[in-house]
Amino acid sequence: MNLLTDSILVLLILASFLLLSSSRLSNCIKTVALQGMMVGVLPLAANDSLTCRVTAIALVIAGMKGIVFPYMLFRTLRESTTIKELKPYVGYTASMFAGVVSLVASFWLDSRLHLPVAASSRLVVPVAFSMMLTGIFLIVGRRTAVNQVIGYLVMENGIYTFGLAIVRDVPLLVELGVLMDMFMAVFVMGIAIYRINREFDHIDSDQLNTLKG
Amino acid sequence: MDVAHYMGVPLGLCMAPLLLGIINRTKAFFAGRNGSPLFQAYYDIWKLLRKDAVYSRTTTWIFRSAPVVGLGSVMIAMILVPVAGSSLFAFTGDLIFFAYCLGLMRFATVIAALDTGSSFEGMGASREVHFSTLAEPALLLGLAALAKLSGSFSLTGMFGGLSGSDWLASGPAIALIAFAVFVVFLAENARIPVDDPNTHLELTMIHEVMILDYSGPDLGIVLYAAALKLWVLGALIVNILICAADLSGFSGLIVFAGGMFILAVLVGIVESIMARLSLLKVPQLLVGAGAMSVLALILVMRFTS
Repeated sequence: MNLLTDSILVLLILASFLLLSSSRLSNCIKTVALQGMMVGVLPLAANDSLTCRVTAIALVIAGMKGIVFPYMLFRTLRESTTIKELKPYVGYTASMFAGVVSLVASFWLDSRLHLPVAASSRLVVPVAFSMMLTGIFLIVGRRTAVNQVIGYLVMENGIYTFGLAIVRDVPLLVELGVLMDMFMAVFVMGIAIYRINREFDHIDSDQLNTLKG
Repeated sequence: MDVAHYMGVPLGLCMAPLLLGIINRTKAFFAGRNGSPLFQAYYDIWKLLRKDAVYSRTTTWIFRSAPVVGLGSVMIAMILVPVAGSSLFAFTGDLIFFAYCLGLMRFATVIAALDTGSSFEGMGASREVHFSTLAEPALLLGLAALAKLSGSFSLTGMFGGLSGSDWLASGPAIALIAFAVFVVFLAENARIPVDDPNTHLELTMIHEVMILDYSGPDLGIVLYAAALKLWVLGALIVNILICAADLSGFSGLIVFAGGMFILAVLVGIVESIMARLSLLKVPQLLVGAGAMSVLALILVMRFTS
């Protein structure tokens, strides 16, 4: 069981690295879908005793993060003419370095942090921190609105993983509430991107700075 | 000590050019061609060794000595790499010595390329140095992670110390190291996706451009040294992957040779299904390999602490 959990966690980090280094937006969406699915099935691998309820929630979350959100993002991407992030604020190689630095920082932070409860695996908490940092980095370091939504999703994946480490069991009501919020957020962001694209013929959020009232 | 203990280095010296043949046959199979004979690399080297060398008037002794220096350093590196659990020579810290033997080989090739005074070769030298600067951390950090995992700082002790239970305990870390070393292996041996060994006089090539001025026996030595380098770096990967099967003696040798051939087929498949990356993307790939090595090192430190 432990090997399976660790493998999934390592794959989560690799997915973050991939997001930091790829420029094609459709690849980014596919990667974040894969990451979301893996985060979704993480409770199945981490829990020793599987109940029907945990399985159902895990499957719903994996389905939302792995199929519904990517589908909405793909629809948004189809509407716009953008297929690549052309000039990110931080280059891809530098982003990768930043990813490594944030990974080291998360492991250091985890070693300084004395959590009241023991996590199911020794990797869960640092991986969660690194995903949150990667998400923030993507939001700040990329121009296209789609990539910023992806950063938001990665950050949420990290927060979800962290919650999993702390409470172990997934509280049904809270999770469904968070998932509903996420759904609304991606929905609204999709509409916003669509409107931006229709008004200005691109989804470069940097250009919004030049708008004057 | 049985005979098998001494067989590792002769095995490598004899079979290294065969790997090139296997790679080419795999590529030919994917392209639907018959391909060159399996032993083509041996024929080429033999043909070249019987010819005379031509030297440009601008070159000095540096240019003439570089092939021999390269061959010598890669042979020393070969002595250190264990085959079937035992190497001819091992000491604490030889993994760094190993990395810099390969570094010395690269240095000899690069300065010989600069010695010709050709701007074209200088360009290749610049690229070679650029990429190996990024590949070296990936290799050394990966080896450091293995050293931490097995608690030994010599290559023989490192691979001897790994066992099947390590795969169970920290399998993800070992898989990451193997992948990172595989990327370094492709980059250092100038294979696709970093460099295309088939292209000549292309503006994007790296290794081939540095050896353009060699002819005759010198070119033969350069080709043979490149084949040995392929073998030595490939041996690292095979050692990482077959450490689970605790084999020694002749059965170990056979399994090792089989692993090397499977690795060659794998390289052939990679070359058949992938295109060469654009030069700007190569640093990204190598930094990615370095990131995997760092991740593996962190994981190992976390698992063993």
